[in-house]
Amino acid sequence: MPFNIVVLLKRVPDTESKITLREGAVVTEGLNFVLDPYGEYGLEKALQLVEQHGGKVTAVLFGSADAKETIRKALAVGADEAVHISDPALEGGDAAATAKVLAAALKKIPFDMIWAGKQAVDEDNAQVALRVAELLDLPHVNSVIEFNLEADGKAARCVREVDGERDVMTTTLPAIFTAQQGLGELRYPSLKGIMGAKKKPITDWDAAALGVAAATVGAAGAKIQQTKLEPPPARPPGKIIPGDAQTAAQELARLLHEEAKVI
Amino acid sequence: MSNNILIIAEGRAEGLKKVSYELVNMAQTLAAALGGAVEGAVVGSNVGAWAETLAKTGVTKVYVADDKGLEHFAPESYTTALAAVINAAQPAIVLFGATGWGKEVSARVAARLDWGLATDCTAAQIENGALVLTRPVYAGKAIAHVQAKSFPVMVSMRPNLVPPAEADKSAAPLQTVAVTLAAPRAQVVEAMVKEKSKVDLGEANVVISGGRGVKGPEGFAPLNELADTLNAAIGASRAAVDAGWIDYSHQIGQTGKTVAPKLYIAAGISGAIQHLAGMSSSKVIVAINKDPDAPIFKIADYGIVADLFDVIPALNAALKAQAN
Repeated sequence: MPFNIVVLLKRVPDTESKITLREGAVVTEGLNFVLDPYGEYGLEKALQLVEQHGGKVTAVLFGSADAKETIRKALAVGADEAVHISDPALEGGDAAATAKVLAAALKKIPFDMIWAGKQAVDEDNAQVALRVAELLDLPHVNSVIEFNLEADGKAARCVREVDGERDVMTTTLPAIFTAQQGLGELRYPSLKGIMGAKKKPITDWDAAALGVAAATVGAAGAKIQQTKLEPPPARPPGKIIPGDAQTAAQELARLLHEEAKVI
Repeated sequence: MSNNILIIAEGRAEGLKKVSYELVNMAQTLAAALGGAVEGAVVGSNVGAWAETLAKTGVTKVYVADDKGLEHFAPESYTTALAAVINAAQPAIVLFGATGWGKEVSARVAARLDWGLATDCTAAQIENGALVLTRPVYAGKAIAHVQAKSFPVMVSMRPNLVPPAEADKSAAPLQTVAVTLAAPRAQVVEAMVKEKSKVDLGEANVVISGGRGVKGPEGFAPLNELADTLNAAIGASRAAVDAGWIDYSHQIGQTGKTVAPKLYIAAGISGAIQHLAGMSSSKVIVAINKDPDAPIFKIADYGIVADLFDVIPALNAALKAQAN
């Protein structure tokens, strides 16, 4: 049975990037932007399911106008089409406002299941997808590392991870799943995929297309607002313990006990 | 809405989690600034003992939603139960622990009640009548200061920020909150046996991590021996995980786990930015690497430039000798 699967993605700085701040904002020049890594695991699972059962994968990305290139990456690995939600009026929102935008978009897209990352690696909120589930009155399974469809295709059985422990959760479909690392190996785009992505449709939606009330979204709708962004506190300079491995190890044991007092 | 702070307690088979007691202490500071009281809530099945313990921590009341339908975790049922206790308490601020459970249920409850939620915070205070919070972003590569535009609001606070409150005070009254639960669509049907890793990375006081320098799965053996001596958890860099030497669940970094133990020992880890993001708020960092130019030394409190296979066993022997 074919599935319509929506994957919620975000454009984030590559995790190998250094984050530099200027006047309380992240310096974006020279920063390499990628699809959020946990969302990519969700995308991979969606692609596998459609390969097995037929259907369609729609990538939905809410982000600034320059996110088009990132959306192409999702199309290049195999998503069939994409929706790009972008509007200055929608920017500056918190998780509550963002979830309302995505929920409004998802009311316009037919789906049997939704995948997203367990958190985006920029703001580390870990709440948008779960808020979307609540707003759409859908069940969810969070932090999924194993996913199996039940035989009738109307429910799923997942292994999910929470605080280092694992348990098995079942859910009926439609449902929202958030992906955790370990769900599967990611594929790389082929040259053919990259070329083909240029021909795949990207639908652009703004606030008017979604019909969201201006007061509930963007900076106006944010209930939590950021006032300052700072670099983390610098660590005091450390010391290199001299001597051969044996001597240095003994000195380290002494320092950890007597100076640092952590052992 | 009152000026009260409501803390949502969390437990497991052995009793309340430590973070629940920590939340009480954090809430006391906020309540004093707001001129309100600290109240607590427990939700679950057969949680009377948790409620009685929480009642002795200095809170003025404990709301209890105890229902057989909450025996196995189901996000929708817990959302309904938590919404019911929050509606009964009418607090200005709800505090959750930023555990896996706390982060999951708080997000859904916040959406149901249409409240703001700041996740995974490391500091909370009242400034000019407003709640201001500190939360690491980009896995700690930057620190965001955020403010709740209005009350009521929800927050999840990381464990280990303040000492836990003691359950040694006179017992506050319990208030039962009735909940009506529909059959959940998603639910836990089976708890799996925990992985053999003895100490949980998130809770460990000491973490010992191996990177490319361990050279293979067997290279973690001396790290494991040292971990036994120190009751430590084992971590790994992405390089070691990608090489297939250790399960991804040990990965420390921006993709992986963020840890802040008292002692972090990085063995054979060069210190890629994405790894540093996951561990650089540890109290004391030790780096052991053959390469004196490895970036890990820049953030280490103590460094040893030598082969980890020489240093780790020697360190283990020295610590054992020291303990005697």
